[in-house]
Amino acid sequence: MAEQIDARGLSCPQPVILVHQKMKQLGRGTFEVMVDTDTSRENIGRLTKNEGWEVVEVRPHDSGYLILLRKE
Amino acid sequence: MSNLKNFFGTRWGIISVGATIGVLASLLQKWGNPPNMGICVACFERDIAGALGLHRAAVVQYIRPEIIGFVLGSLIAAYIFKEFRPRVGSAPIVRFILGFFAMIGALVFLGCPWRALLRLAGGDGNAIFGLAGLMTGVAAGVLFLKNGYNLRKNQKTYASVGWILPLIMLSLFAFLVVAPLMGDGGKSGPIFFSEKGPGSMHALIAISIFIGLAIGFLAQRSRFCTMGAIRDIILIRNFHLSSGVFALLIAAFVSNIILGQFHAGFSGQPIAQTNQIWNFLGMSLAGLAFALAGGCPGRQLFLAGEGDGDAAVFVIGMIVGAGFAHNFSLASSPAGPGLYGPHAVIIGLLVCFYIGITMREKI
Repeated sequence: MAEQIDARGLSCPQPVILVHQKMKQLGRGTFEVMVDTDTSRENIGRLTKNEGWEVVEVRPHDSGYLILLRKE
Repeated sequence: MSNLKNFFGTRWGIISVGATIGVLASLLQKWGNPPNMGICVACFERDIAGALGLHRAAVVQYIRPEIIGFVLGSLIAAYIFKEFRPRVGSAPIVRFILGFFAMIGALVFLGCPWRALLRLAGGDGNAIFGLAGLMTGVAAGVLFLKNGYNLRKNQKTYASVGWILPLIMLSLFAFLVVAPLMGDGGKSGPIFFSEKGPGSMHALIAISIFIGLAIGFLAQRSRFCTMGAIRDIILIRNFHLSSGVFALLIAAFVSNIILGQFHAGFSGQPIAQTNQIWNFLGMSLAGLAFALAGGCPGRQLFLAGEGDGDAAVFVIGMIVGAGFAHNFSLASSPAGPGLYGPHAVIIGLLVCFYIGITMREKI
C-alpha cells in the first residue's frame, strides 16, 4: 500500500507544497495524494512533470481524486 | 466539452485567456471605463462600496457590472463543468482581515495586480514600482508558506452557502438597474452614482456585464491568477500561470497602441500617484495579503463563484476595507498618498506578519 497524503480541504497552494515536500523527502518511489478540487489535480500534474515524476493514475475518490505518483 | 476543459488547462489555454482579458480591458477603456482602468478588481469593488454609501468619496461610486459578471461567469462555468464545490471554514475571520488590508494596500498604489499590468500597458511608469512591490510581497508570502504557514482545511457545506456571494451579486445588479431611493425616508440614495471622476466613467451596462461574464467563465476554467503566477515561479519554478499574465500585458499593450491609448511617462498619468516608496510598499502589502489568502482579488471572485465561501469572505473584507480606505483618509489620490495611508500600510504589514508567523504548522 503506497503512502498517502490527504490534501482535501486545503486551499491553493498547500496541496502542491505537501506533494513537493514528499517528492523531496522520498527522492523516488510511489505515493498517493487525495485532493478535492480540479485545480489541485491540475497543479499537482504540472508539479509532477516539473520534478521528473509521473502521474500513474487519477481516479475519482470522495467527490475528488486519488492521484498515484511515481518516480523510478 | 472535455476537449474544451483540457484546452484551458494547457499553456496555450492560459495564454489565450490572458490575451483575451488584455484586449477586452483595453476595449472597455475605449468604450467608457476610466483610462488605464479597463478592469481593476480593487478599484471596482471600491466603486461598489461607494455606490452603497460605505464611503462618501463622490468621484468613485458606481456598481461595476464587471465584478458581478466575474462571480456569475465563474458560477456558470463551475456548474457546466461540474466543479461547483461549496466549501467554507478555513479561518474566515483571517481571510476577512487579509481582504481588508489587501484593499488598503491596493488603494495606496491605486490598483489591483490586473490594473498594475494595464497601467504599465498604457505607458504608466509608476506601475513598475507597484509591480516590484507586488513581487516583493508575494515573495514574503512564499517565505511564510515554506515555513509552514497555512489556514488549515475548509469543509464541504451546503450548496446554498456557495450561492451566497452570487446572490449578493444578483442583488447588486438589481440595485444597479433599479437604483431605489431608500435613504432619508425614501428621498435619496443609498445607491450613489458619481457624476464626475472615475466613478462616472463606464461602458454600457450590457457591454460590461457581458464582458464580465465572459472573463469570469474563462478565468474559472483556466485558474488565471496574477499572484499565483509570481508565487509559482518562486515556489516551484513553474511558469504556467505567468505565461497568462505576460499574455495579458502584451495584448493590452498592443491593443492600447492600436487604439491610441498608450502614453508613456510618470507624471500626469490617469488615476495614479508618483510617490514611488508608497506605490511599492502599498503593493507589497497587497501582494503579501494575496499570497497569505491564496489568490489575487480576481481569483478570489472566481473561487467564490465556484462555491468557496472563504474566498467570498475575502471579497467582503476588500469591500469593507475600501469603505475604511476612503473614510479614514488612507487611499491615495493623484496628489499622493492619503494623509494616513502610510500608517495603514505599516499596520497592515505588521498584521500580515502576525498572521504569517503565528499561523504555522510544523512541516
